[in-house]
Amino acid sequence: MTAIKRETARGDLVRFAAFTVVILTMPLWLVPFGAAYPDLMQKFAIYGLFAIGFNILFGLTGYLSFGHAAFLGVGSYTAVWSFKLLGMNPLPAIGLAILLAGAFAWVIGFVSLRRTGIYFSILTLAFAQMSYNLAYSVLTPITNGETGLRVLNSDPRVLDHMIGAGEVEGSLVATLFGVEMNGLPGFYFCAVWLLIGMFVSFKIFRSPFGLMLQAIKSNQNRLNYTGINTRPYALTAFVISGMYAGLAGALLCVTDPLAGAERMQWTASGEVVLMTILGGAGTLLGPMLGAGIIKYSENIFSAFNEQTLHQIFGVLPDGVEGAVVSVAGLFVGEGWHLTLGLLFMLIVIFLPGGLIEGGRRIAGALSRSRKGGGIDHAHPQAAE
Amino acid sequence: MGILQVQNVNKSFGGLKALNNVNLDITEGTVHAIIGPNGAGKSTLLNCFVGRLRPDTGTVKFNGRSLLGLTPHEINQVGVARVFQTPEIFSDLTLLENVLIPALAVRDGAFRVNTWGRVDSQADVRDRAEALLADVGLADKRHTQSSSLSRGDKRRLELAMCLVQQPKLVLLDEPTAGMSRADTNNTIDLLARMSEQHGVTKIIIEHDMHVVFSLADRVTVFAQGHPIVEGTPDEIKGDPRVQEAYLGGAQV
Repeated sequence: MTAIKRETARGDLVRFAAFTVVILTMPLWLVPFGAAYPDLMQKFAIYGLFAIGFNILFGLTGYLSFGHAAFLGVGSYTAVWSFKLLGMNPLPAIGLAILLAGAFAWVIGFVSLRRTGIYFSILTLAFAQMSYNLAYSVLTPITNGETGLRVLNSDPRVLDHMIGAGEVEGSLVATLFGVEMNGLPGFYFCAVWLLIGMFVSFKIFRSPFGLMLQAIKSNQNRLNYTGINTRPYALTAFVISGMYAGLAGALLCVTDPLAGAERMQWTASGEVVLMTILGGAGTLLGPMLGAGIIKYSENIFSAFNEQTLHQIFGVLPDGVEGAVVSVAGLFVGEGWHLTLGLLFMLIVIFLPGGLIEGGRRIAGALSRSRKGGGIDHAHPQAAE
Repeated sequence: MGILQVQNVNKSFGGLKALNNVNLDITEGTVHAIIGPNGAGKSTLLNCFVGRLRPDTGTVKFNGRSLLGLTPHEINQVGVARVFQTPEIFSDLTLLENVLIPALAVRDGAFRVNTWGRVDSQADVRDRAEALLADVGLADKRHTQSSSLSRGDKRRLELAMCLVQQPKLVLLDEPTAGMSRADTNNTIDLLARMSEQHGVTKIIIEHDMHVVFSLADRVTVFAQGHPIVEGTPDEIKGDPRVQEAYLGGAQV
């Protein structure tokens, strides 16, 4: 007999509390990994949000979108425009970005969700590439084309001037209640949004709405004959995940007020797919884990060079060391994508459920061996 | 006046006339079997009832209301439920979740974004879902993933998914296809018991005469897209036209 799907409300509370602690203490426990600097931790939180939202569409509802970077870009441009027109307060920027990305997602979802499977993926990819090209060239007055959109001292920033914070020396940074949103405060600002996003994701996963989304993934045809109008459910999931992406895009600009068209490119859309699958599509914590690992490798492996490798393999005899370093050198620095590609292949082939499934298998094997080869523990318990 | 009235329904696929001037009147509370050789148009007719196909001409009325032009989920919401020829379940989900989904569809309608409560705290639908799982004898497996069930158990699960909605009319497409004799008998018992307890009108498409004669109050025999005989099982048994339709030489 398979499956032990019993998640109680208390279990979820414990998991969410543990997640909160892990996120908020990142500046401490990331030190030994060499990743405890604010810029990278901000990226963890932001791309974690992006992947958590994407997972609601892909992991839960089963629609693989290859165009989610478009909503990330819409969120970024909206945020920068909010900075330019309203002022450097991040809250209106975030609110507007979520709304606009949601509206944009509604339009694209309305058209794309007429198809399923590969046709849906292609439609979303086409829309995202259109958005990218629009941002890059046609819409230059709004997006500032390839230079990217940034906040200038001459911008109106109405709210800033109203509260007398209009004149700033040096570069402009998003500021909330006098605290500048870069460095560690910037990370904690993103972390709070990440926790909110995770909480909402927990709620959706366990709700009747989430159950319907899972049923769409499992057997959409059957669901139609069960009296459920599946299209608005899928569209709602699409809009929600678009709003997460808009939020992530806005946060990218809160920590660094600059928006460029490359943020909408297909590689960025593909990256969030990788994150979700790597961590475990359809699991609550997997996408966050995948986002963390990919952003970590991007920053750490890409910073490795011959020198670091020689240090690592210094204990080996000279001839062997040279050979090992030249092979390993292919997988670091510029070539870190090679490492990522290999890791991704291994995961898809051996652990289609992602790293979270791997963890579950290990935990299962451990508890089995502890009980002396008991087979019975996987059986569900009837009682609550 | 019957619960389901079918008048002058025609349906062609290219040059093939799948349904040829079909008239049917299903009486409320009865079990009505539709039998006939392969290709006689039985499944096509069923697909016209649930909104998968639209007849070229004619009317299909359920309690006086036309079903034509309604989508499958709208037809389900007015009280017509369908059990498929090959079991259609949500195989990634647990048995309980499989039965909760149709129960929620009845309570919340075709679309409602309900994100605040937890699925397992919806006591009203949960109780009904568990009661029905117990009814069909699957209560002890309710937290297992439904893909692990045997074919017979999947059929039971689908029946529970159907009955939890308390439909007015159930359409069963070959409910015992591919089952062993023992499983077939179990299903017959189950369906008979359901008829007593729930009193639902049923339309059964079936090849197995043993099933038909055990369950049906009335039988309609189809051949080449047209109903040729209708009557009680006993009347049908002795009718020479039925023999003819099944054993070839089907000049109707």
